[in-house]
Amino acid sequence: MTKAAPSEPHEGVGVAALRRLAGFSRTLRDNGFRVGLAETRDALSILASPAAARPSALRPTLRALFCATRSDWERFDEIFDAYWQGRGMRRVRALSGTPTESRTSLRRLAEAGEQLQPRGLPDHAEHRSGSVADHSAAKHDRRQGASRAESLEATDLRHIVDPADIARVHALAARLARAMRARLVRREQVRRRGRRIDLRRTIHRNISHGGTPVDLAWRRRKIKPLRLVVLLDASGSMSLYTAFFVRFLHGVVDAFREAETFVFHTRLAHVSASLRDRDVARAVDRLSLMAQGIGGGTRIGESLATFNRWHARRTVNSRTAIMIISDGYDTGEPIQLAAEMRRLRRRCRRIIWLNPLIGWRDYSPQARGMQAALPYIDLFAPAHNLESLGALEPYLARI
Amino acid sequence: MNLTREQISDRLAEVGYVADRDLATALWLMAFLKRPLLLEGEAGVGKTEVAKALAAVHKAELIRLQCYEGLDQNAALYEWNYQRQLLAIKAREGTGENADAIEEHIFSERYLLERPLLAAIRRPTPPVLLVDEVDRADEEFEAFLLELLSDFQVSIPELGTINAISIPRVVLTSNGTRELSDALRRRCLYHYIDFPDVDREARIILARLPDIDTTLALQVARLVAAIRKEDLQKVPGVAETLDWAATLAGMDIHELGGEPERVHETLICVLKTHEDRARLTREVTDRLLGRVA
Repeated sequence: MTKAAPSEPHEGVGVAALRRLAGFSRTLRDNGFRVGLAETRDALSILASPAAARPSALRPTLRALFCATRSDWERFDEIFDAYWQGRGMRRVRALSGTPTESRTSLRRLAEAGEQLQPRGLPDHAEHRSGSVADHSAAKHDRRQGASRAESLEATDLRHIVDPADIARVHALAARLARAMRARLVRREQVRRRGRRIDLRRTIHRNISHGGTPVDLAWRRRKIKPLRLVVLLDASGSMSLYTAFFVRFLHGVVDAFREAETFVFHTRLAHVSASLRDRDVARAVDRLSLMAQGIGGGTRIGESLATFNRWHARRTVNSRTAIMIISDGYDTGEPIQLAAEMRRLRRRCRRIIWLNPLIGWRDYSPQARGMQAALPYIDLFAPAHNLESLGALEPYLARI
Repeated sequence: MNLTREQISDRLAEVGYVADRDLATALWLMAFLKRPLLLEGEAGVGKTEVAKALAAVHKAELIRLQCYEGLDQNAALYEWNYQRQLLAIKAREGTGENADAIEEHIFSERYLLERPLLAAIRRPTPPVLLVDEVDRADEEFEAFLLELLSDFQVSIPELGTINAISIPRVVLTSNGTRELSDALRRRCLYHYIDFPDVDREARIILARLPDIDTTLALQVARLVAAIRKEDLQKVPGVAETLDWAATLAGMDIHELGGEPERVHETLICVLKTHEDRARLTREVTDRLLGRVA
């Protein structure tokens, strides 16, 4: 298809323009756009075409070409203006985290974390209720400031658990995932017995019988793997466990083909994308930075409401298990939590609530939030150490 | 021959699709780079309509492939005509032909049933291929689609490789029920369709319902825009707006201001869940109506 583009795309395009375009591709790549050689080449052929005669047409053209997701789509204009019109160049440099700048790597990660915040649905939510937008923008800034300051002085979360434990958590998450998949993934196969006759194969097999279907081939429906959605409470009261569970989340995203992960405290953040980073340490760092520094209360009900409203339609279906990892200390209204739990329960297959406090001696779920949520939970289990997580394996395999 | 962007805009308007400039650009780019176009947006913003309009613009055939969970190559690409094959085998039973010859005969073009994807690459003039809701199909199918979209050839084990006679214009739509692979996204041009603004929605109503009053069209568009800002479970799409406008026009209403009762009654055209219906009480409707009419 790019074959069809003119063979000498940069004919008639000046060297300066070429260089500017290459720079633009690089800027986009630095900002997380998936821009490859093919896109740059296509952009060149656009520059050489009559469309480039009118600069006003260039922006929508390049946007359609370079964007691949909605978040790209929403950020494109800003980056385009900054690059081609020189406005806000500093902003773009800051976003891209140019390595020549004398910053500590942690600080850059903190910013990368900010940048990787989900841009899609939650933003949308804010647009809808105009008054909330300003408020949340202010909050956003405040948090950016906070995480910067803290990332410089806070201890590295990687060292809270020692390396051997890290390896064990990963192995465990992978094992849990495998246990579920081994039971649930079965490709559709031609079988001796099944629900439907596979006509294509039956005919093939029976040509030698003169077309009389002596030897039947059957098909069986493919059983799709379970989808897992994990909601991790990263509030102050959970801080001892956050590092541990962030690792666990990474293992889950790694091992499951269909897994989505969210972190919540006073609001909900979709973190699957940040966790898909191949560099484990970087992904965990980034997420830990996003998750920490929230000493405030937890609004489980509100976070679940955000989830139900903006993410559930996309991530939850009838073969989804939802895993909530939280101590159940909710500063919001228990009534709202109960209502959102009920709504969630209707949509998914199972709700598993892992509560690190269960491991404590003499614990009983007294917190009002926990009380409100209990009726909708299929499995209420401890999760304070590796053994307790390991004990989940047989249950997960049965779902 | 490629149309210019202005021509595309004009022709879209002629066929009754009110497009914004960016969409016309994306459609032009599609033809210029010969790349598929991936459309995303909320349900009901008119993604599928784009493909229909594109087919009308180019006076091309529209071939539609609706994706669903479990869609496989048999349903998407080709299938053998088993009944005819069985008959052919029976008919030749007595002639003493050997099995190999029969096999060769029954796995020839005559017994091949085209499904949308195969049909799309075997038309003498390039059709528009709409792969609707590609996010509903499985990952395996997505990978297969990617292969087809880059090479435009398919191999059928019994027949060999079939090359494209013409390259179709491909439009993919996605509702985001599943994250699409990076590879597929990179293969495609991207356009995000948002709900139309009041002005454009009013023009859409006027284009689709030519007999309607301009005032009514504008009021309905404004009211729907206000309803979309309410906290609803299912946000009404353009199709719902059109239904509602048609209903109101059919009730011989020319101006919403004097008809709060009937506006409230006909809200069933745009609100499709019980909870949404309960949320928009008479008071809320009146308040919204007061703002727009």
